[in-house]
Amino acid sequence: MATIYVDGTPHEVEEGQNLLQACLSLGYDLPYFCWHPALHSVGACRQCAVKQFKDERDARGRIVMACMTPVADGIRISIDDPEAREFRKSVIEWLMTNHPHDCPICDEGGSCHLQDMTVMTGHAHRRFRYKKRTYRNQCLGPFLNHEMNRCIQCYRCVRFYRDYAGGRDFDVLGSRNRVYFGRHEDGVLENEFSGNLAEICPTGVFTDKTLKKHYTRKWDLQWSPSICPHCAVGCNVSPGERYGSLRCVVNRYNDAVNGYVLCDRGRFGYEYVNSEKRIRGPLARGAGENAVEAVSKGTALERIRPWISEPERVVGIGSPRASLESNFALRALVGPERFVAGMSDPELRLARRAVSILRDGPAAPPSVAEIEACDAVVVLGEDLTNSAPRLALAVRQAVRRQPTEKAARFKIPAWDAAAVAYCCQNEKGPLLVATPAPDRLDDAATWTRRAAPDDVARLGFAIAHAVCSASPAPDAMSEADRSLAEEVARALKDAKRPAVLTGVSCGSEDVLRAAANLAWALRAEGKDARLSIALPECNSMGLALMDGGSLDQAIEAVENGSAQTLVVLENDLFRRMEKTKAERLLESAQHAIAIDCVENPTTARAEIVLPAAALYEASGTVVNNEGRAQRFDRCYVAEDNIQDGWRWLIDAMSAARRSEAKDWTSLDDVRAAMTEALPALAGVAQLRVEGGKIPRQPHRYSGRTAMRAHIDMSEPTPPEDADSPLAFSMEGYSGAEPPALQPFFWSPGWNSPSAVNKHQREIGGALRGGSPGIRLIEAAPSEKIVWFEEIPQAFSRRPDEWLLVPLSRIFGGEELSVLSPAVAERVAAACIAMNPKDAEALGLKAGDEAEIRLGGTEPIRQPLADMKELPEGVAGWPSGLPGVEWVEMLSWIGRKGTD
Amino acid sequence: MLSALKTIWLVLRHMFHRRVTVQYPETSNYLAPRYRGRIVLTRDPDGEERCVACYLCAAVCPVDCISLQATEDEHGRRYPEFFRINFSRCIFCGFCEEACPTYSIQLTPDNEMSEYKRKNLVYEKDDLLISGPGKYHDYNFYRVAGLAIQGKDKGEAENEEPPVDVRSLLP
Ligand code: SF4
Ligand code: SF4
Ligand code: SF4
Ligand code: SF4
Ligand code: FES
Repeated sequence: MATIYVDGTPHEVEEGQNLLQACLSLGYDLPYFCWHPALHSVGACRQCAVKQFKDERDARGRIVMACMTPVADGIRISIDDPEAREFRKSVIEWLMTNHPHDCPICDEGGSCHLQDMTVMTGHAHRRFRYKKRTYRNQCLGPFLNHEMNRCIQCYRCVRFYRDYAGGRDFDVLGSRNRVYFGRHEDGVLENEFSGNLAEICPTGVFTDKTLKKHYTRKWDLQWSPSICPHCAVGCNVSPGERYGSLRCVVNRYNDAVNGYVLCDRGRFGYEYVNSEKRIRGPLARGAGENAVEAVSKGTALERIRPWISEPERVVGIGSPRASLESNFALRALVGPERFVAGMSDPELRLARRAVSILRDGPAAPPSVAEIEACDAVVVLGEDLTNSAPRLALAVRQAVRRQPTEKAARFKIPAWDAAAVAYCCQNEKGPLLVATPAPDRLDDAATWTRRAAPDDVARLGFAIAHAVCSASPAPDAMSEADRSLAEEVARALKDAKRPAVLTGVSCGSEDVLRAAANLAWALRAEGKDARLSIALPECNSMGLALMDGGSLDQAIEAVENGSAQTLVVLENDLFRRMEKTKAERLLESAQHAIAIDCVENPTTARAEIVLPAAALYEASGTVVNNEGRAQRFDRCYVAEDNIQDGWRWLIDAMSAARRSEAKDWTSLDDVRAAMTEALPALAGVAQLRVEGGKIPRQPHRYSGRTAMRAHIDMSEPTPPEDADSPLAFSMEGYSGAEPPALQPFFWSPGWNSPSAVNKHQREIGGALRGGSPGIRLIEAAPSEKIVWFEEIPQAFSRRPDEWLLVPLSRIFGGEELSVLSPAVAERVAAACIAMNPKDAEALGLKAGDEAEIRLGGTEPIRQPLADMKELPEGVAGWPSGLPGVEWVEMLSWIGRKGTD
Repeated sequence: MLSALKTIWLVLRHMFHRRVTVQYPETSNYLAPRYRGRIVLTRDPDGEERCVACYLCAAVCPVDCISLQATEDEHGRRYPEFFRINFSRCIFCGFCEEACPTYSIQLTPDNEMSEYKRKNLVYEKDDLLISGPGKYHDYNFYRVAGLAIQGKDKGEAENEEPPVDVRSLLP
């Protein structure tokens, strides 16, 4: 702790930070541009000037940049000093000499850091009489709009894109006062985190292009605290709604999860909510193919009543993309024995294995922030950038950790970004990426290893053994692999906080076991090792913690006739089993009821379809990779007959005259029943605030008395939300809301995303009320490690057959986000990837259509793509991509012919 | 007695004053152009819609009676897709006119707006948009702004240099 004097007032602050950070943490308003809590200081903009005095007798002082001055005990500074004020005002004035007269048509307006800082410094009048410099813009793809005239040369964008996110196709170009921030030529920004530029750039150079299509100012949007539904990282987001449609999704700071950044799938995938494919009212399907009719809610419930009144005859298929509450309500409707988790047998087995590894072993699952703080990383078998993007970005930060420590030895503070970068040059911390297919993290890796899942697992076991000899060793390792394992093990043992990251997408339990052994081996050696397992969907972990069986159980129940009715909750069965199998299941059930938000092959075959709210219109809880249960609250009440999945299930229960239905009137009732019935979910608590409901709308929300005037002159009272302490209003609770309930960040004078500063305990740290979410999984404290002893045999290729491994795809690989037009534009072509040697042996070349046979089923045609790094005998399958059929991973495919 | 006479005298004197009351609606009072009555949306000197759908008038409106949606033409020029004022709520405070950065929204001296049906007081863009520039004849926001629109490329606005050549290395 150090004492600093700001304008004569003493404050106790943490040492090791810079003055700007300290002043902002103390609540002072000090303008800045180039500094960013995640990017640190470079001292480029000169905006954060303060006066520093030698001692209490020094009245003259000197101007220093707060962001470049370390906190030191006894330091005396003045923010209010007239000269410092004048300096800051002049800096803005210079920055504004070329700024266009754009605010009214600039999408940043109303959430613009530059506007805020200009007002803060008091620069109001343009004295500069000369001409403004102008630029031409670039077309940067479907996500971002580029308007270079608005640039103030703070360099945040390049520092984020290149240094933080590892992008290569964007840079600062040109010379003197002509510098330009863009690509070397027009084209799509390739990096998966490009969308963050809209929030990181303090001006309107980069703005959200999807928002522009239905533009609304920040103050006019109704926000809610929500969770990204597009992968299992569970980034916290704020969706914004206006006139009944969703307009954008922005980052909602949670220091433990997403921090300041989201991936592009999460940021731009929201438009599925407005998609044409939404189911907007109950549908009933008659006998004929196209005999679908819209029915009323009452009719639909009346139709299903006889089918569900005997729970013994019903099977409920839950879903890893539906909330815990919806799944639990389904479980209550059909009874625990007939509730299945909605995952295929291998999927569920892997998810349960993940839970048991994390819970029974000594390595706790890390939060994203904890991964960022690790200093050596092993990635086994998972293409993180494509399946859990935010984790991959965390790995990139972890890789930068060790060199920073070297800088610390030269007494360079960690926040001095330019000096640290100069000191570290291109050095990287240790990272092993061992995956079957080329990986986006390869460029950050120290070692890469392309191998079939079995060999990835064997490498993992070998490293584990090299770390701690108690861990079993694989036999017959090649010399190259052995020395690689030893080298990686040495690096891990030299690290302070090594992390092992793996995932389930390649379908191999052996990989999970190997990762577990490795993390545990590091623990056994006294390292603070972490183990993170990426699961596929936003609530996969929650479902693994519940008690349902797998889809096979549902198939069995329907096929042996014990169940007649199938209730499918927010789940497309065609993404989890072969087409024929799913068709057979839905056909052999006498009645199929689907509850979902978008049309899919499952809803197309259901007799009754009930329209579920999309996640952003719903309330509930989901559990992320880390075992963090996070609540989300609806942003707006969807029109028509759309309601939450759990509400449909309660309605179904009351139609069937079930007693629970009477007790369950709100989400909290379902939550209470759920935590009582399922002790594994006991942490999922209810949140209340005293003194009015929290407004979802900013206090400047406009148009209340005009937006519906063309329909009806009398203004309706806003809908009540019985499920949360939030109101659909601009009035209500004022004060510090619990962070899990904070719909948006705003503070007087801070309208941009930087407003989050005012809600943190310390800048860049936890929010004032703590980090939202409750961890449901803690590692076993036991020191006794039960090693996994089964080690797979080395992969041996089969003649004329190929082992299928997944090619995860951030854009297109996920069911909902792909319905957003912007994301759809980025979807890669469907293909089957092979090593060119394999292809050549088959007499095929890239682009040829390959005909693939899986045991017994119809052949699938898919164009062939060359993937040089793919091991021979292995084929890559872009699972989940539109138009790509579901195939079980790690199955062997053969070939008949080509054309 | 004296005070009664005084009063009569005063009344008699007033008979020769100029009359203030006018026979409305046959005659009507003069209202200054800056009088705050019915609101209009104006056009710029080139005859294009002035409103750029910046939402500032809606934000400043104390009774929240302005509602609009922004959209763009194919060249990036922004304008309101719909623009609605609920005059049954409007208090004619003129804040919208003050907030408007383009001189688009203006209050006019017309105050004859009584209606039997409240619904008729809801004005859409068609009802609001007039064909001239209103009180401000010369201002054209897009001539000043940095955004390129059809007919005005980058560097062609007032007080702008032509776009820089990023590839130039000249000092
Ligand atoms: S970047 Fe900010 S200051 Fe500049 S035009 Fe846009 S809103 Fe205005
Ligand atoms: S584009 Fe934005 S972030 Fe990049 S230098 Fe310019 S103002 Fe800064
Ligand atoms: S898709 Fe995953 S990583 Fe991306 S924003 Fe959503 S939760 Fe985060
Ligand atoms: S303030 Fe002016 S330009 Fe902006 S929306 Fe209103 S009328 Fe249009
Ligand atoms: S914020 Fe300190 S110099 Fe830019």
